[in-house]
Amino acid sequence: MGYEIVNAANVLLAAGQKEADFSAHYWAEFELFGQKLYLTSTHISLIIVSLVLIIFALVARSKIKKANAEDTPGMLQNICELMVSTVDNMVKGIMGENGKKFRNWVATVFVFALLCNISGLFGVRPPTADYGVTFAMGVITFCIIHYNGVKKNGGKHFTNLFKPILLSPINIIGEIAVPLSLSLRLFGNVLSGTVMMGLIYGLLSPPITTGIPAVLHIYFDIFSGCIQAYVFCMLTMVYVNDKIAD
Amino acid sequence: MNGQDFINAMSAVGAGLAMIAGIGPGIGQGYAAGQAAAAVGRNPGAKSDITSTMLLGQAVAETTGLYGFAVAIILMFVKPFK
Repeated sequence: MGYEIVNAANVLLAAGQKEADFSAHYWAEFELFGQKLYLTSTHISLIIVSLVLIIFALVARSKIKKANAEDTPGMLQNICELMVSTVDNMVKGIMGENGKKFRNWVATVFVFALLCNISGLFGVRPPTADYGVTFAMGVITFCIIHYNGVKKNGGKHFTNLFKPILLSPINIIGEIAVPLSLSLRLFGNVLSGTVMMGLIYGLLSPPITTGIPAVLHIYFDIFSGCIQAYVFCMLTMVYVNDKIAD
Repeated sequence: MNGQDFINAMSAVGAGLAMIAGIGPGIGQGYAAGQAAAAVGRNPGAKSDITSTMLLGQAVAETTGLYGFAVAIILMFVKPFK
């Protein structure tokens, strides 16, 4: 999305108490190969999310390495085991035994999307409210789908597209629409939540902003974010399973 | 009123019209939720399966509404017609 979003917000909420702010700002500007690039709030929140995930992973790893089979597991170990077994069961339920090697990707993308979606709670702009991030996730899913399709079916993977020759344009558009609809779904949900929260924060004056928006954060950030992260993983698994099923 | 003002005004009207797309997902999600409620009533044991299936279906049904939302956002903020 264009970063002209910044000024348009003021026009939209001229009636509000202060300016509604739900747009991506840029903090720095630099040139690379004659192209003007910006360091936007999306990049900064992505770095924060990645750092949190990496630190959590490192701490969990050192804890698990030290863990002893006879000891009572600590809280962190319990949380990690719960997460891993939940994702394992989810993958097993959809993909069966074939899906064992996809557990890592699904778990990674689930944790990443979940943390991105609920990061709006902590005052940063959710990275998934930028189409660049979700489109990259959709493209990776697209590559995984077709890599596994070719690996499983060989050349038939491509000739299947032209099976009823009259329907071939629809088949091809259907394949291309997969990453677009996956990424637009995540992007649209998170962006609509961000826009709504921005409008509400712009509408209310300071003493009220501590109470009422909290209720809406539960819906727009936590509920919607969890559902969308779940749905993204679910659809990824369904699409991949479509290609690798016997 | 010059030409650019007219284009901006019509973009805002178009964004509003694009959000009519919200009707479809509303009907679809409500229907899915109603069917899920009926299914839980018939078979309370399968509640968690029904809920996850319902949420997945609703999220897919939502897609067309989000396309309308994306069009509205692009018309309002990216301003493709200049």
